[in-house]
Amino acid sequence: MLLVAGSWSAAASTGLPVKPGSSTADHGKFAELQKDFASGPEVTRACLACHTEAAKQLQQTTHWKWEFNQPQTGQLLGKKHEPNVFCGSLKSNYPRCTSCHIGYGWEDKDFDFTAEQNVDCLACHDTTATYLKTEAGAGHPAYEDVLVNGEYKIENKRPVKKVDLGMVARNVGPTSRQNCGSCHFFGGGGDGVKHGDLDSSLINPDRALDVHMDAGGLNFSCATCHTSDEHSVAGSRYAMEAKDTHGIDIPGSSHGGRASCESCHGDKPHDFGVNNKLNDHTGKVACQTCHIPEFARGGVPTKMYWDWSQAGTKMKRDENGELVLNAKGKPVLYFEYDDNGWMTYANHKGEFRNAVNVPPVYRWFDGQVEYTMLDDEIDPEKRVSVNKVKGSHDDPDSRIWPFKRMTGKQPYDKQTSRLLATNVFGPDGDDALWTNFNWVKALMVGQADAVATGAAPDPFSGKHGFVDNEMFWPITHMVAPKEQALQCDSCHARDGRLAELKGFYMPGRDSSVWVDRLGTWAIWAALAGVLVHLLGRIIFGRKRS
Amino acid sequence: MKVMVYKRFERFWHWSQAALIIGLMLTGFEIHSSYSWLGFETAVNAHIVMALLLIALWLFAIFWHFTTGEWRQYIPTTEKLAAMARYYAFGMFKDEEKPYKKSLSAKHNPLQRLAYLVFKLLISPVIWVSGMLYLLYPYWPQLGLGWLTLAPVAIVHTAAAFAMLVFFIAHVYLAFTGKPFYEYVHAMITGYEELDDEDAKG
Repeated sequence: MLLVAGSWSAAASTGLPVKPGSSTADHGKFAELQKDFASGPEVTRACLACHTEAAKQLQQTTHWKWEFNQPQTGQLLGKKHEPNVFCGSLKSNYPRCTSCHIGYGWEDKDFDFTAEQNVDCLACHDTTATYLKTEAGAGHPAYEDVLVNGEYKIENKRPVKKVDLGMVARNVGPTSRQNCGSCHFFGGGGDGVKHGDLDSSLINPDRALDVHMDAGGLNFSCATCHTSDEHSVAGSRYAMEAKDTHGIDIPGSSHGGRASCESCHGDKPHDFGVNNKLNDHTGKVACQTCHIPEFARGGVPTKMYWDWSQAGTKMKRDENGELVLNAKGKPVLYFEYDDNGWMTYANHKGEFRNAVNVPPVYRWFDGQVEYTMLDDEIDPEKRVSVNKVKGSHDDPDSRIWPFKRMTGKQPYDKQTSRLLATNVFGPDGDDALWTNFNWVKALMVGQADAVATGAAPDPFSGKHGFVDNEMFWPITHMVAPKEQALQCDSCHARDGRLAELKGFYMPGRDSSVWVDRLGTWAIWAALAGVLVHLLGRIIFGRKRS
Repeated sequence: MKVMVYKRFERFWHWSQAALIIGLMLTGFEIHSSYSWLGFETAVNAHIVMALLLIALWLFAIFWHFTTGEWRQYIPTTEKLAAMARYYAFGMFKDEEKPYKKSLSAKHNPLQRLAYLVFKLLISPVIWVSGMLYLLYPYWPQLGLGWLTLAPVAIVHTAAAFAMLVFFIAHVYLAFTGKPFYEYVHAMITGYEELDDEDAKG
């Protein structure tokens, strides 16, 4: 058994797609798995009987803890702690948010992070694409069929069918884009909503969408680059390696996993050309900046704007002006869509703007992301950067990176000038915004959980407002074929893509106004002088003759 | 008598330098975003190749100037300088005789001498030094120039380019002020010019 486990992890660590039958272990033949399982934790117990250290490893990871100690800024980050501009915060919304936790049963703030059977092995190792964690099940998969009007309910583009846990367990394998994508493609509440460079189009992408994940070509899985050691996956959004100067990773000089372009391509990947100019750029410009000209290129729109202040402003009413209620006596949901079929309004969430093929914004980035936490004071008159990317043109460790800049409005406390946690989810209670459309109640409950978990110092004062916000998401997936990379004049132009970045001289973009002005005057003066002189010669020449 | 005033190398140098400078100005001002023509990348590549060719050409030209003694042609003089200026400003319109007579040992009039000296000792060196620095930008830290920033280098280079263009306009115009109007250009192509016997001795 130990030998079997060893070879399996060797296959996993290369991250390359494993051919069927190439593993030395066929989980379908394991005696422990020849049965039906009633729950996820029951499967995990069977896994741990052989993979004795797996749960201990997983429990050390960000995937499990949802917590990240940012070493440079000292901030305690992770989904467990930081707010965002989408649904706001994990606080009080556990079963909905933790549907994407790699565990079972994180239903409230008192979840036991040490219970080994609560680690979900199948979320990442299912190869049948039938293992679906239901969208409000606190991480549990569907134990029953869920039908709506006689049809299977669809969540994250998949039908909610009772999962055959035994069958899934007997077919485990290395992670795939499908596995990782079942959470990472659907962050923020739907396909492509959050990241912009991660959505369901990457399950089966062509070369134009992503040269590495191209299903008909290289067919990289996520783990090909996001290598792992003891189940800890390389590539962090909280402390990114904005500039990998360690060269190509080979045994003996492998550094921190393969989650950077340079890990495989090195930092001088281009032909020398006339003067090696492209390679000269790698010290200041991230590969992604030129090689991902636009994100959300797979046809799935990403959310660019989310205005929570509009939630509840449009309700469905009958001919008498009364609210239309559902079977539970709560107001029904109401949606508006644009010509593309993209949602522009939901009465429980507010107003949206979506986009495909979006050119990124660009910032100097040293890899550090600093958050505005629930205990940080804000200036409600100004746009709040819910996260700030740090870096500067004069910092040798910074490079120009592409970002999705998400904007919108989110609630804050007018008394304390701090962002607020909202209880958005709670289908059976009288508090949740999505069910009751009452901001004050929802903020009271959301903020109470934030206070109880130590994330916020004060409960909700009762007076809320909505503040303009922005949030930056680094763009690093959907690498385009090289023919589609940005050209020099995409940036080296008067109003190019880097027009916003100030403080340094860039050829083609910058000039001295006075040198240009004086130079232009001098040219016109020379031309005028020549013209006057020429006319003089012609006129006097005629007079003489 | 007809004399070879501009030797073969001198003419080769003049015309290839002219072509390179025109090309450098066209690509340079495109890199400056004054207009779009070849595209930034092609313009940069062409600019660099032409700059390197011009440098090579100048190395030969400097060698030629010293071995032939032709550098003396550019020693500035105040003699007849004012007269020459007056001629360009007034005399030329009245069809006066040029106050200056060309000879093999003094092929350029005093104003020309001064203009070419400025070209050779001021505009060109400034454009070269700034251009070489620009080209070597990625290696500044290794060259001990880590303290330098691109802005002053680029701005000086641009300023010198404007000066070059002004020189170019005046030079081309004056080249067509002979009798007949193409006299000087013709001489620069064939090398031959009609000089008095005395002046032709050099």
